[in-house]
Amino acid sequence: MSKPVEIDDKLLSYLEDLSLLRLSDEEKPRIVKDLGEIINYINKLSELDTENIPQCSHPFDNVNAFRSDEAQESYERELILKNAANENGEMFIAPKTVDTQ
Amino acid sequence: MFELTALELSTAISSKQIGVEEALSAYFKSIETEDGKYNSFLSLSKEAALTKAREIQKRIDAGERISPLAGVPIAIKDNISTKDIETTCASKALSGYVPVYNATVVDKLEEAGMIVVGKLNMDEFAMGGSSETGYMGPVRNPWDSYRVAGGSSGGSAAAIAAGMVPLALGTDTGGSIRQPCSFCGTTGIKPTYGAVSRYGLIAYASSLDQIGPMGKNLEDCATLLSIISGPDEKDGTCIIEKPFEFEQSDSNSLDGMIIGIPKNYYEGGIDNSVKTSVLAAARKLEEAGARLEEFEMPLMEYMIPTYYVIACAEASSNLSRFDGLKYGHYTSDSDELSDFYRNSRSEGFGMEIKRRIMLGSFVLSSGYYDAYYKKALQARRLIKDAYDSLFQRYDMIISPVAPTTAYKIGENIDDPLKMYMGDIYTVSINLAGLPAVSLPCGFDENKLPIGFQLIGKAFSEPTLVKAGKTYQLINN
Repeated sequence: MSKPVEIDDKLLSYLEDLSLLRLSDEEKPRIVKDLGEIINYINKLSELDTENIPQCSHPFDNVNAFRSDEAQESYERELILKNAANENGEMFIAPKTVDTQ
Repeated sequence: MFELTALELSTAISSKQIGVEEALSAYFKSIETEDGKYNSFLSLSKEAALTKAREIQKRIDAGERISPLAGVPIAIKDNISTKDIETTCASKALSGYVPVYNATVVDKLEEAGMIVVGKLNMDEFAMGGSSETGYMGPVRNPWDSYRVAGGSSGGSAAAIAAGMVPLALGTDTGGSIRQPCSFCGTTGIKPTYGAVSRYGLIAYASSLDQIGPMGKNLEDCATLLSIISGPDEKDGTCIIEKPFEFEQSDSNSLDGMIIGIPKNYYEGGIDNSVKTSVLAAARKLEEAGARLEEFEMPLMEYMIPTYYVIACAEASSNLSRFDGLKYGHYTSDSDELSDFYRNSRSEGFGMEIKRRIMLGSFVLSSGYYDAYYKKALQARRLIKDAYDSLFQRYDMIISPVAPTTAYKIGENIDDPLKMYMGDIYTVSINLAGLPAVSLPCGFDENKLPIGFQLIGKAFSEPTLVKAGKTYQLINN
């Protein structure tokens, strides 16, 4: 991990896929430079001895909070759909994903 | 009237010296005349506020004691959901989005009879420390409008500093309440993680985010915190058992209190004026009876790397919900689903958001996960353990909020790493889930405000508020 990570075209394209983003030609060199510098900086962590140290993903190790499985009133469909790009009064409408021809 | 604290205003309202609508109209007038200079508001909800003001006035006239802040206007950072009021996180990605529900904190403000006047500018999705990255332009610092207001709750701090609103809600993921308070000379509280419900807060990094009060002094902020804190069945991480109660104390003595000074915080890249002012604040606390003790803060150089790995990892996951389909900005340049998602997101998010999502994707990706994300979670444990052991000895720690005062707009915007370095004193508090209060303590040679923070163990807000109020009393 302490060795520098090079953001080459392949890694950049992979990160765009994972992030569901498409960078413009102007954005790409900036992102490559910035990510390279930031990753180089966070490589500092490799110096830290964390042998046998448990991970901490949350400030307090609280257990799950459960409630009884009862149906509760939700929000009005009509109001929720008002925010949508495209809808038919019942559902969100998304671009076609399957070619029916 | 703009000189009044929130509690003074509420006293004037309950004793009929001023009407709720009269006060509200004066604040709206102030926003309309002043905010062109500062750009702290993204939207106003004038009509709903006036209707609410009349309702609250009737209830007060009928003798009802609604809450200690009834009738007081408040503005809300734009990453907190407000029913029927556009909520954008200062991002094009959420332009036009109108929530169908209130965040729990907003319901609590309304129950307390407070009047929501509008939504405040910020760094896009709360990712930043200067409030320059929002799509409606930067917030300007009321002390010098060529300088940043700090961030990400810069609109909240600027609106209070400019007298446009007596109180505001901000959010703090790595310093976003405390640092703008420091830059604008206002007061704020970053509550313990789990003290205030996050339901309806548009998430940046869920294990770090907290909503908190910002205002003119700590007494106002503590009163607001007593209103917004408390358990919420809609947020399983909100583990507090009941809302905070802050006792009125006549004694200004801090006898018996031990305050730690992390001496390595005052070496290296800190402005001399900041160092001098914060240490002078420590001596004021000593004069009030506290004992000061220096110590070496462990793990200092690992705090920012740990924070950025964890925060960006969580952000990359949280922001995956913005696909353009159900709300917010959507592309007109696509007829295929995966392109629709990609183009909507790429058009909607600004540069800093893209940077953080991609960094988050990187540290979580196969091959790098162990070296970065897992490692950061282990470092987080070490940082948290270090604080636990410090708080066995100290009642609180006094620290600067930021190494500098407000810098010029545009000065750091092209150098993200330099911007991240400004978070050195704030991020570890979020990693450990601890509370901190941020208070003004003087000015630098350019007459720009300086702030300090008091950090305590989890749920020690009453102790921090007592010490901070004492400081503000003896300093006035």
